Amino acid sequence: MATGTLRVLAALASGLIFGLGLAISGMMNPAKVIGFLDVAGDWDPTLIFVMGGALLVTIPAYRVILKRQRPILEDNFSLPTKKTLDASLIGGSALFGVGWGLVGFCPGPAVAALGTALPSVLAFIAAMLAGMGLHAWISARKAG
Amino acid sequence: MQDFTPISGLVGGLLIGLAVTLMLLLNGRIAGISGIVSGLLTLRLQETPWRAAFVAGLVLGALAYILTPGGGGAVQVAASLPTILIGGLLVGFGTRLGSGCTSGHGLCGMARFSKRSITATAVFFGVAMLTVYLTSHVL
Repeated sequence: MATGTLRVLAALASGLIFGLGLAISGMMNPAKVIGFLDVAGDWDPTLIFVMGGALLVTIPAYRVILKRQRPILEDNFSLPTKKTLDASLIGGSALFGVGWGLVGFCPGPAVAALGTALPSVLAFIAAMLAGMGLHAWISARKAG
Repeated sequence: MQDFTPISGLVGGLLIGLAVTLMLLLNGRIAGISGIVSGLLTLRLQETPWRAAFVAGLVLGALAYILTPGGGGAVQVAASLPTILIGGLLVGFGTRLGSGCTSGHGLCGMARFSKRSITATAVFFGVAMLTVYLTSHVL
């Protein structure tokens, strides 16, 4: 099979496992995520176990994999190159935090929840894509 | 404490960790959902197929769970429509401006001990907690 096809299948497999994991973890449910974020309320610490479980795998696995010359299906690793903190990182993360707290959806769970076909999920995704598009448009105007 | 589910949380988390690991080992990429999804807004021959495949997998993997008995109540959104739209816009714009979300910064970046990702994760968790505090207990 051509490497290009294998790359697409690898992404599909990764997405399938990611979606299943998100659903099993309960983090696809905004009510449960808000139960974690609401530290002054009836606090539900489940999210710590989800992130902990994931990092238990990724911290050692990343160490081993990044010692390789290259990934299996590509010539190079595509990793973020920026190293320094800047206002965009902090400001963007803060805006994201407000939106996350208002609804209880971050991008992964929202996309995974599309299978429910709930109007609230579709509305959130439409608004999220509009926000992403707005950022791309502003960036292009600045660059041009 | 309501609905504390540490076992299913841990099992789901381990699966998410496996998915993130496969993406790096096979394709050499960070499994950051906001980055993968926003990349779909522009069609590119080399990029669009794998991004679309990942997103399709994400939806289908979750759908498999939703279709199991008892999986129907897996998603409950309490926010009103205007709040959903404002929240969605902020999440979309903010994750692009801040170069990542819970998966890219929170899982992949933290696993690399990236200073930027650790900072971003602290900021969005802190601000989200403050937002929930204000909307649930003050306003």
